[in-house]
Amino acid sequence: MTEPARPIIRIQNITKRFGKMTAVDNVSLDINAGEFFVLLGPSGCGKTTLLRMIAGFELPTEGRILIDGQDMAGIPPNKRPVNMVFQSYAVFPHMSVADNVAYGLKIAGVRGGEVRDRVAEALELVKLGGFETRMPDQMSGGQRQRVALARSLVMRPKVLLLDEPLSALDAKLRAQMQFELSELQEKVGITFVTVTHDQDEALSMACRIAVINKGEVSQLATPSDLYEYPANRFVADFVGSVNIFEGKLTLDEPDKAAVDCPGLGKVYLNHGVTGPHGADVWVALRPEKIYLHVPGAGKAVTAAAQDAPDGHNFARGKIKGMSYLGDITLFEIELETGARIRVSRPNLSRHDQEDFTWDDKVSMHWRADSPVVLLG
Amino acid sequence: MALFARTPRAPLEYSRTLWMRLWVGAVMVFLYAPLVVLMIFSFNDSKRNVVWRGFTTKYYEKALGNDQLVEALLNSLTIAALATIVSLALGAVAAVMLWRFRFPLKGAVDGTISLPIIVPEICMGVAFLMFFAAVDWPTDLVWPFNLGAITIAHITFCFPFVTMVVRSRLASFNREQEEAAKDLGASEWQVFRDVLIPHIRPALVAGALLSFTLSLDDFVITYFTSGPDTITFPVKVYSMVRFSVTPEVNAASTLLIILTVALTFIALKLQGVKAIAETH
Repeated sequence: MTEPARPIIRIQNITKRFGKMTAVDNVSLDINAGEFFVLLGPSGCGKTTLLRMIAGFELPTEGRILIDGQDMAGIPPNKRPVNMVFQSYAVFPHMSVADNVAYGLKIAGVRGGEVRDRVAEALELVKLGGFETRMPDQMSGGQRQRVALARSLVMRPKVLLLDEPLSALDAKLRAQMQFELSELQEKVGITFVTVTHDQDEALSMACRIAVINKGEVSQLATPSDLYEYPANRFVADFVGSVNIFEGKLTLDEPDKAAVDCPGLGKVYLNHGVTGPHGADVWVALRPEKIYLHVPGAGKAVTAAAQDAPDGHNFARGKIKGMSYLGDITLFEIELETGARIRVSRPNLSRHDQEDFTWDDKVSMHWRADSPVVLLG
Repeated sequence: MALFARTPRAPLEYSRTLWMRLWVGAVMVFLYAPLVVLMIFSFNDSKRNVVWRGFTTKYYEKALGNDQLVEALLNSLTIAALATIVSLALGAVAAVMLWRFRFPLKGAVDGTISLPIIVPEICMGVAFLMFFAAVDWPTDLVWPFNLGAITIAHITFCFPFVTMVVRSRLASFNREQEEAAKDLGASEWQVFRDVLIPHIRPALVAGALLSFTLSLDDFVITYFTSGPDTITFPVKVYSMVRFSVTPEVNAASTLLIILTVALTFIALKLQGVKAIAETH
């Protein structure tokens, strides 16, 4: 980025309790102007509560929220410079598409031709030009969502909040809307804050993602950092699929490290991890970063030896489960230690899926920059 | 001919079985035979109206020329209109209040609101008689203020029905619509006007229809609260029948049936039958 990031929303030490239950626990984060920010977490983690506090539908128990430098305490939802797209879309069923989109403008006192122009512009933006006189019950779910989007965008808010925007759409439409939302966000330049439990959605759309767990921010990072450098076991496990093994840190220098995992074997890394020597740690290894080989030829050992000392970064096992997904095949392998590991293998040619089958013995290796050592 | 080709009956096509058709026919006869007889005999050219003696429309002229009867009908319509308007406002507000807010003694309020539906009409009638006597309600007011007592009594038993219908409609309201309106800048009042009222509109129409017809044909409670100058249509018909059942009564009743059916039809047309069905 060339210009310095300017925070448009500042969430400062926000806590929300419902009776004895703490939904959001001392969360602080800055959301920058013009970015696509995603709050990602499992259901019940407090992400929606956080979003609703920004919109003003819930009041924080402690802490404060600043939007564009202004403290939002005591400001009701209808006076905040943010607009929300609801999970159910909440399109007004008794109003035509144009009336739905014009509703906020009319309340704001905009009159006549300007209303018409801005409604037309907003509908054009969400590709619903010509739908002005339709009633919501004559539209599909995807179209109703576009109406809800237009209805919010027409207000030209500083921030657009989206609560699980794609959860009610079918898979194809969801993939399409992911692109369209990103495109739309770039076009209008409004800050988007989206809540989702779907990691694909988060990874594909976000500039930055805050992973929320039990009311706290587990990690705040860009999508690729989140995936490749998860900060803890929760993030590693929640974002994408991962194999996690417990182990002891046996070597830790600035340019290399080694972990002895009873389940997996000896793991070597070509970078330091800055943990106390002999500490209990966890090694996370993504399924797609493990290479499978037919055993016997010593290929795994040779491949592993290219960037790791002998005896590190390879393992042997037996295929216990397979699922063919078209583009990849997913293997569940029982290691010689008895532990199980998941490996995915791209089907680069049409016959790749025939290479391995159930109960085949296999060996595998991974590169020294693939494992992630987690301290918590 | 293809039109009369007999296709096999599908498993759930009960309407094509003979016994089902007979049953439906029997139900229709049971429901409507008395009304049909009443209407037919309104054209009977006989004073005693027991046997058919030929066709005439003179009893319609007679009924419409009966000043007392016309006045009673006018009273009934006025009371029904007033009772409907007030019941609608009162019932809808009560329903929204019970749905939206929590307050002390809510359970008790909830229970007492529907009490007038349960309490036997005769008890209500006696209670109103005693009440209006006890508060010394003036009986010598000019029209339409002399209808006040009856109207108040009618509102009492009409508005719980409105509350009931509106509440069941409110149960299907998506609260996110309320939040969406607020999010777009609407105040509480604007949310009520622009989102909540349109949602409960079918229930309001249904409630108004219920109130109007309940009020129009109420006899028991009205009998206890009406005075010599405030005769309503059902009370008048009752007093006419006490002398003799002439076709004039039939004619008047037929006119009333046509009137209420027409009103209902217009209301349904205005609202769209689909919307009414949505309330249930």
